[in-house]
Amino acid sequence: MTPELKGFLLLAAIKVVVGFGGLLLAVALVTWLERRQAGFHQDRLGPNRVGPKGLFQPIADGIKNFIKEELVPADADKFLFLIAPALVFTPALLLFAVIPFAAPLPVSFDFELPVVGRFVHDGVMPMMVADLPVGLLFVLAISSIGVYGIVLAGWASNSKYSFLGGLRSSAQMVSYEVALGLSVISVFILAGDVTLSGIVENQQQKLWYVFPLALGFALFVVSALAETNRLPFDLPEAESELVFGYHTEYSAMKFAMFFLGEYAALITMAALMATLFFGGWDIPFTTWDESEPSLLKTALTFGAFATKTVFFVFMYIWIRWSLPRFRYDQLMALGWKVLLPAALSYLMLLSGAIWALEQLGIEQGPLYGFILCIVNLPAIYALFWVIDSGRLVFGQRLQRRTMN
Amino acid sequence: MTIAVKVVRRPERNVSYLRASLKGMALTFRHLFRKKVTMQYPEETKEDEWSISSRWRGTHRMLTDEQGRAKCVACGLCPQICPANCIKLVPGEDEEGHRYPLIYEIDEFRCVFCGYCQEVCPEEAIHVGVHYENAEFQRERFVYDLERLCAQTHPVSSLWDPADPRGE
Repeated sequence: MTPELKGFLLLAAIKVVVGFGGLLLAVALVTWLERRQAGFHQDRLGPNRVGPKGLFQPIADGIKNFIKEELVPADADKFLFLIAPALVFTPALLLFAVIPFAAPLPVSFDFELPVVGRFVHDGVMPMMVADLPVGLLFVLAISSIGVYGIVLAGWASNSKYSFLGGLRSSAQMVSYEVALGLSVISVFILAGDVTLSGIVENQQQKLWYVFPLALGFALFVVSALAETNRLPFDLPEAESELVFGYHTEYSAMKFAMFFLGEYAALITMAALMATLFFGGWDIPFTTWDESEPSLLKTALTFGAFATKTVFFVFMYIWIRWSLPRFRYDQLMALGWKVLLPAALSYLMLLSGAIWALEQLGIEQGPLYGFILCIVNLPAIYALFWVIDSGRLVFGQRLQRRTMN
Repeated sequence: MTIAVKVVRRPERNVSYLRASLKGMALTFRHLFRKKVTMQYPEETKEDEWSISSRWRGTHRMLTDEQGRAKCVACGLCPQICPANCIKLVPGEDEEGHRYPLIYEIDEFRCVFCGYCQEVCPEEAIHVGVHYENAEFQRERFVYDLERLCAQTHPVSSLWDPADPRGE
């Protein structure tokens, strides 16, 4: 092995440890935030006993989960039952690997260790665990694996509630993956790139995609809510009808794995929203962060990224504690009859607009973004008009039909 | 007679579920900054803002006379009426013929806190109390003997009066 390769591997190992350690820490904090914010929404305080402001509550929960009894239902399929939590947990963590969480950091070292030899690295290190050339496609592929975990958990538990939860989630997640993928394609069209680092760079130089792709962002948020099984799309769990659906039969750490996986997916989706539509680690209104990489720049851009992500996590939790759950047919109707056609026609509209702009010879820049933004407005209005006149809930139309 | 089904007509026009959802979100957001109603119980009790009802039926208390003796005359009515059979009473009698309880024990674990003992007592001796902090470290401590019942100082329940159902 050359010293350069060893240096690269060393950095990669450090990034893996720091990245995933940080993500797990963030997951713990988000479980705290969820409960605390839920309390605040309901005029109470939430957990505030363990540590300052209850910040150590996740540690207490973790200890509790470790020392609880592991139960396996009598007729459960043992192997699948055991592997299911891992199948939910692992993809949720893996997703974070391709998200750039700060500006590249200049790292150069050259040192020698007794047994393993010389390590050399010189240059900038991208602040993401792996800058894959397939980027976002990796996200879409891996996030689909999470469905298997939930379906297998429902199937292997040998419980009717779990089974129903698994069935629901398989249908739901497959449906909304379509809309999610299609809404992301609009980003590809604009960026001309599928790597997340490329998308961030593009937004940093021009403008945040939330303006030219407002409708795409709206579609992405809705599908992301459904993909992570959060309210108002938490039908696989549905604690009030299915006693928590697919993880009814799970206890102790196996349950905690589902729990952590869910929150890791939540953080990843929030980070994706920030990265795809809100410029990732870009600090707005400055050009300073496009200058030479430095430690200060990395730190500040990480702060910007964290702020955006926390905002979207906050939004997720806020939505959860505000909106009621969909009925199952409404969920399916929204997915297939509203989001899918909307995403498809939006793609056509967007490609048409971009083609027209290129024919007119307008370069990507403020004017370009402004025109696309104008194009978005009637599209958004049309979508919301369709949703509302068709009654997103479809209650009125059905009732009128049955009453006459 | 047919069962009347009330059909609620949904509003046809000028109703936007989307706007309603956004309104709901705005409402929950405003609640983030409201004053919290939580009372941090063991540390703060907020006696002035919150108190339990005077009709609360909690753990028992035996009233005493001027000499500090229990008012109980061991008539045996309370163990008789007790639906949970939690009162143990062994009567005794002194030289002058006054009856008094030799043993009077109430098992607070068996007790269902119906308050019948207070209602039936001719001497107004045994009462259920307006009191709720009963934690103990040993199970045996929940069998209250006569001495302990007499030593209780918490206020006694006013029970529910059928003549004055709202307690005014």
